[in-house]
Amino acid sequence: MASQEVLRQEPSRASLINDPKVRSLFFQTLVVIVLFGSVWWIVQNVIDNLQRLHIASGFGFLRGRAGFDISDTPIAYTSDSTYGRAIVVGLINTIIVAVAGIITATIIGFVIGIGRMSQNWLIQKICTVYVEIFRNIPPLLVIFFWYSGVLAVLPAPRDSYHLPFGSFLNQRGFYFPRAVWGDGSWLILVALVVALAMAWFVARTARQRQMATGQQFPVLWTSIALIVGLPLLAYVLSGFPLSFDLPKQSTFNLTGGFQIKPEFLSLYLALSCYTAAFIAEIVRAGIRGVSKGQTEAAAALGLRSGSILRLVVVPQAMRIVIPPLTSQYLNLTKNSSLAIAIGYPDLTATAGTVLNQTGQAVEGVLIMMIAYLVLSLVTSAVMNVVNARMALVER
Amino acid sequence: MSWVRTEMALAQPAPGSVRGPLAWVRKNLVGSVGDTILTILGIIIVAWVLPQVISWAFINAQWTGPDRTVCATVAQGGIQPDGWSGACWAFVNAKFGQFMFGTYPVEERWRPILVAILFVALLVPMLMPRVPRKGLNAILLFLALPIVSFVLLVGGMFGLPHVETSRWGGLLITLSLSFVGIAVSLPLGTVLALGRRSKMPIVKMLCVIFIEAVRGIPLITVLFFVSVMLPLFLPAGVSFDKYLRALIGVSLFAAAYMAEVVRGGLQAIPKGQYEGADSLGLGYWQKMGLIVLPQALKLVIPGIVNTFIGMFKDTSLVLIISMFDLLGIVKQNFSDANWATAQTAKSGLVFAAFVFWLFCFGMSRYSMYTERRLDTGHKR
Repeated sequence: MASQEVLRQEPSRASLINDPKVRSLFFQTLVVIVLFGSVWWIVQNVIDNLQRLHIASGFGFLRGRAGFDISDTPIAYTSDSTYGRAIVVGLINTIIVAVAGIITATIIGFVIGIGRMSQNWLIQKICTVYVEIFRNIPPLLVIFFWYSGVLAVLPAPRDSYHLPFGSFLNQRGFYFPRAVWGDGSWLILVALVVALAMAWFVARTARQRQMATGQQFPVLWTSIALIVGLPLLAYVLSGFPLSFDLPKQSTFNLTGGFQIKPEFLSLYLALSCYTAAFIAEIVRAGIRGVSKGQTEAAAALGLRSGSILRLVVVPQAMRIVIPPLTSQYLNLTKNSSLAIAIGYPDLTATAGTVLNQTGQAVEGVLIMMIAYLVLSLVTSAVMNVVNARMALVER
Repeated sequence: MSWVRTEMALAQPAPGSVRGPLAWVRKNLVGSVGDTILTILGIIIVAWVLPQVISWAFINAQWTGPDRTVCATVAQGGIQPDGWSGACWAFVNAKFGQFMFGTYPVEERWRPILVAILFVALLVPMLMPRVPRKGLNAILLFLALPIVSFVLLVGGMFGLPHVETSRWGGLLITLSLSFVGIAVSLPLGTVLALGRRSKMPIVKMLCVIFIEAVRGIPLITVLFFVSVMLPLFLPAGVSFDKYLRALIGVSLFAAAYMAEVVRGGLQAIPKGQYEGADSLGLGYWQKMGLIVLPQALKLVIPGIVNTFIGMFKDTSLVLIISMFDLLGIVKQNFSDANWATAQTAKSGLVFAAFVFWLFCFGMSRYSMYTERRLDTGHKR
């Protein structure tokens, strides 16, 4: 009892200045005051400046007539459309190039990354050279290289390179046949959806059966047969509704077909090549991160080398790979803003044009920032779902 | 009587199937059927790419020449035979001064050269672990050199004529932007990381918002922000130099990434270190400066250097706000009618890529060396 009283009766003699709570409160108050002061000062300046330049703030300008043309329009757009629609076109272009780039970069990156782990000396060196070159030069330079160095010096449309499947390559881009869907082609789509559903069902049943009885079922071949076979059957049944619009060479230009412009092509190729080098390193680190004991234990269980890779190494490596892979996807999306340097109308380019025409700098930059933040958040969210499925289930 | 050997048999050399070049080839190139196919594929790739690259860059290349005629075929108005394809190093040669200094006045170019010599003279001993007096060296490099460089490069005092930053260009901008960016972003990033791990909610929230917002947007948007919005934020009449604006943008951007790298290091330090420092009675800044940060920063050297490399590459984006760094000035010169040929763009870009590559590769190799040197065997 006595000792407790002794503890209680001695109040802290430290002065208020040394009390961590007081200090923290004081310091934060100071930060808030400084912050609000500077924000208020900035807002005042912005209001003054805008009044001086006769610019009305607010997002009303988005309904105004854009008056400029965009070269790549995935959705209907003319110079009579609104500023808002121009920005949406840019956003869609950004998403297209980002998604295409992510898919290609992942494929190249995995191939190169596994190549760097190869026993084969020559393959290993080739992959190392690739990674060391692309990791150490700026992405903008890679874009310029494709654009001015490779695609711009291709032959004129008259002397286009002829590629397989009736496609052409020249200064103005890459041309390939466009599919024209005739009557009854909806049947093919329906067949594809049905096939996908059936494949999913087969995979689930096969898995349940393997869990219960240990018997395996060739899921992969069945799925391929379903997904290829059913739409093909529908194609035949509905009377071959699919035809192709082939690009044709005329004197000065190619007509028909589907054209991929050099701006898109160089941006897409550059982003894929550049990001692939980073993905390759991530893949290598992931495979390295799985301890050798795992491989040896799997071999001791009698698994073949293919099964070891598929069932033991890759699932564990993916857990290490996915978080940094996500940040590479985000980097690629953000790097797609370099499109502005070669005139591909992505979000930054169209929003920049709108910003220059209207003078709505604050709103324009705000739209850009929010759009990229949302894109980043969506990508992170998707990858988090993938990550959660891959993560080790503990307790 | 004795059947036991008295002397040892001489050691035989290892059979050719396990040692020597043949065994190496067998093990590393043609180990299995799949391996052999891969090797053949590799040989095809090398045999296809390498001769083209060598003949383009060296054998067919034109090293000197007065104008575009040396790099164009007869059909294009030059002197080369039809079908000729080679690097136009003559273009790089002729424009070399511009690529290094931009439009910095020719008679004043000794100033950036002097700065470069001073920089190398201070940097090399800084990078060599055996050279003593690191403290003095660091003060000279990070405090004295920026002041001297500013005086030399900008001029306008001590009888040096003033050179506007709009006349700077080329490698001068690339290097100066990245050096200042590095010098600013590391301390700023460290402060932001400390703020993010701070127990004060408001400070923490501000740091989190800043870091996440900057990391979520592309550098171009940040550069747009500083080039378009900064003038709006300031009172009428006050304006910033464009170079300074780019500097602010690049530094802030790199600081946000640096903060996350440093935070990783801070999180990796065991709690015992923090508590140990507390129990010694150290204050916050003493605890961080003497105990935590030295360990944390050492842990994340690779990450820090990666951020530096990223920033060095990102300086090329100032081209978007019409400043001419190395890449920008190379690109600008494509349109020079005196030199416009099919090979000009490729040659200029390969040259720029080589310069960028040298710096980045050097940085990454140095960081690997430092990592090995500082490795105190604490790895688990």
